[in-house]
Amino acid sequence: MTAAGNPAVATSAGRPLAGGRRLSLDWLGAVPFLAYVGLFLLLPSAIVGFGAFFNADSTFTLENFGHLSRSYVVRATIDTTVISAVTALAGAALGALLAYAIVTGSPNGLLRRLVVSASGVLAQFGGVTLAFAFIASIGPAGFVYLFAQAHGLDYYAHGIWLFERSGLGLVYLYFQIPLMVLVFLPALDGIKPQWREATESLGGNTWHYWRHIAGPILFPSFLGAALLLFANAFSAYATAQALINQGQPMLSQQIAGALSSEVGAVEPGFAKAIAIEMIVIVTLVTVLYSLLQRRTSRWL
Amino acid sequence: MAVAARSTQRTRWIRLQVFRYVTFAAAAVFFLVPIGAMVEFSTRANNGSRTLEYWRSIFDYPEMIAAIVASLQLAAITSVVMLVLLVPTMVWVRLKLPGLSRIVEFICLLPLTIPAIVLVVGLFPVYIWMGSNFSDSILTLSLAYVVLVLPYCYRALDAGLGAIDVKTLSEAARSLGASWFAVMWRIIVPNISNAILNATLLSVALVLGEFTIANNLLYANLQVELVHLGRANAGVSIAVAVASLLFAFVLLVILAFIGNRPRRVRPELATALAGPLAASQT
Amino acid sequence: MTERSGVEVRLENLVRRYGTVTALDGLSLTIAPGELVALLGPSGCGKTTALRLLAGLEEADGGRVVIAGKDVTGLPTSRRNVGMVFQAYSLFPHMVAWENVAFGLQMRKVGAAERKKRALEALELVGLGRVANRYANQMSGGQQQRVALARALAIRPQVLLLDEPLSALDAKVRARLRDEIRRIQLEVGITTLFVTHDQEEALAIADRVGVMQSGRLEQLGPPTLVYTRPATPFVAEFVGLTNRLAGTVKGGAVEVRGVRLPLVQPDIADGPATALVRPEAVSLASRADAEEGPLVGAVLTVAFLGAVSRVTVDLGDTTVLAQMPTSAASQYPAGTKVRLELRSDPVLIQREEPVATAS
Repeated sequence: MTAAGNPAVATSAGRPLAGGRRLSLDWLGAVPFLAYVGLFLLLPSAIVGFGAFFNADSTFTLENFGHLSRSYVVRATIDTTVISAVTALAGAALGALLAYAIVTGSPNGLLRRLVVSASGVLAQFGGVTLAFAFIASIGPAGFVYLFAQAHGLDYYAHGIWLFERSGLGLVYLYFQIPLMVLVFLPALDGIKPQWREATESLGGNTWHYWRHIAGPILFPSFLGAALLLFANAFSAYATAQALINQGQPMLSQQIAGALSSEVGAVEPGFAKAIAIEMIVIVTLVTVLYSLLQRRTSRWL
Repeated sequence: MAVAARSTQRTRWIRLQVFRYVTFAAAAVFFLVPIGAMVEFSTRANNGSRTLEYWRSIFDYPEMIAAIVASLQLAAITSVVMLVLLVPTMVWVRLKLPGLSRIVEFICLLPLTIPAIVLVVGLFPVYIWMGSNFSDSILTLSLAYVVLVLPYCYRALDAGLGAIDVKTLSEAARSLGASWFAVMWRIIVPNISNAILNATLLSVALVLGEFTIANNLLYANLQVELVHLGRANAGVSIAVAVASLLFAFVLLVILAFIGNRPRRVRPELATALAGPLAASQT
Repeated sequence: MTERSGVEVRLENLVRRYGTVTALDGLSLTIAPGELVALLGPSGCGKTTALRLLAGLEEADGGRVVIAGKDVTGLPTSRRNVGMVFQAYSLFPHMVAWENVAFGLQMRKVGAAERKKRALEALELVGLGRVANRYANQMSGGQQQRVALARALAIRPQVLLLDEPLSALDAKVRARLRDEIRRIQLEVGITTLFVTHDQEEALAIADRVGVMQSGRLEQLGPPTLVYTRPATPFVAEFVGLTNRLAGTVKGGAVEVRGVRLPLVQPDIADGPATALVRPEAVSLASRADAEEGPLVGAVLTVAFLGAVSRVTVDLGDTTVLAQMPTSAASQYPAGTKVRLELRSDPVLIQREEPVATAS
């Protein structure tokens, strides 16, 4: 037992020892990594997971989850879900169109490489800078608005919607569309030109091809990508926080608010409960996504 | 008749090209105008003429300079800790603990499914404890950032290690009398240098863009300071944002050049690269 | 789906250009009802272009396509009623075998029950009734191509078009499926165009073989004729192996190394020329240890090819390939001195300048 417990002893004396102790020595190599992720990944996860069931006095309670029925949390849940769903679907549709425009060109063409590289950058382009970019362009002092206003189109006549949910949706599209291009392009690349020619030789036209062949083949990938986009928007925080500082319409902002409330009381247990709600929804979507992946992998 | 047929296929081709270029043009407008607008905004004087005043006065805001320095330091520390932690572990797992490889992969990809804001909730008490027992320096943020960059760096390094035969190489080196340290430093690292550079650039880009964790753990890094300053002086703030964007863009261009060597693109790789990044930064 | 009499297919003076490259340069070809014509040639010779023009997948820059007496030049593929089998990967991946086969019937608005019945019949025809519920990725390459054939036939097309359907398969499967395709084609009696770059395949399967080069048909004829009486040096060299032997044309025959051989082109002008002689027309007469002469040489190598063997003989100034039954070849190990005999089959003449004909 002492030898197993003290690897240094095992090294010096343990060369002829059998597998059991050598294995314990090998495990040592993974200890720093495991300790690190234990402290900064698994421990925080556990704190969220368990902490949600305890109140400030460390007694077990379901009260934190009860608070999820507060009207502003319910509202944030609905709003976040709606914005995520709308930007996921719109982003998926527009991104798929862009991806299709790419694959119908030359596979090694400059245009394709350009769009793919740009998508890689833009899909990661979120947060504060993105919010600034939209404020500087279509915001009330942005040149697009000033130009439109000077030409009789005052698109803020009924309120500055850029700083509301609809504006947030538009801004989200900025990273949702490129993400869709990246995720969907491999699926489009898998479409063989022979399928179209076979369809035509069997008597089908363009509509038949999309309705019966390309559509069904691409649909699971499309839906899977849309789910990924949903989870992406659902988890987003920085963009919303940088763009909207009136109220906290997104669930992620509600978490932040409960964590370090500037006005009301700090409610760490409540923050954890919202976090769990968020995780549950994202996990649900992820499970759906992997189910779809499995369905596609049956034939691809 | 041949002419008639030609025209139907020609029509189809023309229609496709029209669709393609309209799509590209619309995408170009949607994606380029906001970026161009930032440049325009940060060089606009009150009377409508061009000025570099905002860019010049960046240096008049010591908090902003401090935040920039802090973010650069965070990027450096995060990259080093990440490499020291990840590279030996991944090599060791490949050599000695293949049974552990799936667990390590799962752990490394776990931050993809945990939104950054959720991670913050769990890190909050950890940082309170660290702050009162060790240090409350902003540089401690890098400890959390290592977790944040874990998935991307894991994927990059995994691709690099997958391209070489780690086991045979290290067995050959060991048979020639190399120590494990020599195997790592003289054999493995030179062979995955591209992957290491890849992982480093990714983590630098991620750390420079990070807002969620810093803001909620109440540290003023670059992005947090941008928001603060943005309320006082939007022009300067946007100028800094443009500068940091250009910097990140240069990093990603370098990355694209490194990643240009032929390899099969796995869909889940693209997914992982894009999805989690957005999740952590947005 | 038996007892269907084929229709006549005519390609008339088809021209197809890609930019400055002329892929088809006035191709004319008539396929008789129920006939299988194989177009054979190196890649880029225009054979696939010809098939795609016939299918309507590409448009001609000139000429006509006539199927069963009807000009279909302007019709899209979907209205030409042709069945196509592609090189590979043409099965729809999200449909099982029978659904693939039924797809063309669905396009023709055949009812669901009838559709499935006819799809299963077609699969039975190609011997694949038992894999009707498999996806393409659950089948071997050979099975996939059979399903593709069933799919093409299920719509009861007037013409069957096969675009290198065997080239992605391994050798053994290829030979078996080739015979199978021929059996089914004869059984159905459908007019068929088969495109391939594999001469053995073309010769084995076709009623007539068309050898193409640079967008033009070099020769069209029954396999035996194409092989034994190649019309042009290109055909002789592309179809089978040939020896190129220097000789002299004189008086309607060519003299090669002291042997007079009849000519394929009888009215050729006198003068020096290269005669193209098949390895099977060369035999090893005897051991000739002491002899000397233009046809005496030493065996260089013996290549065992199964039932036949190919012997390379060094004649000093050139080497000659001879093909014979392995039992015969085994008498002449490498190094043996032998005398060659040339069978007096008509041979083809090649000259540096275009073959001039005597008036």
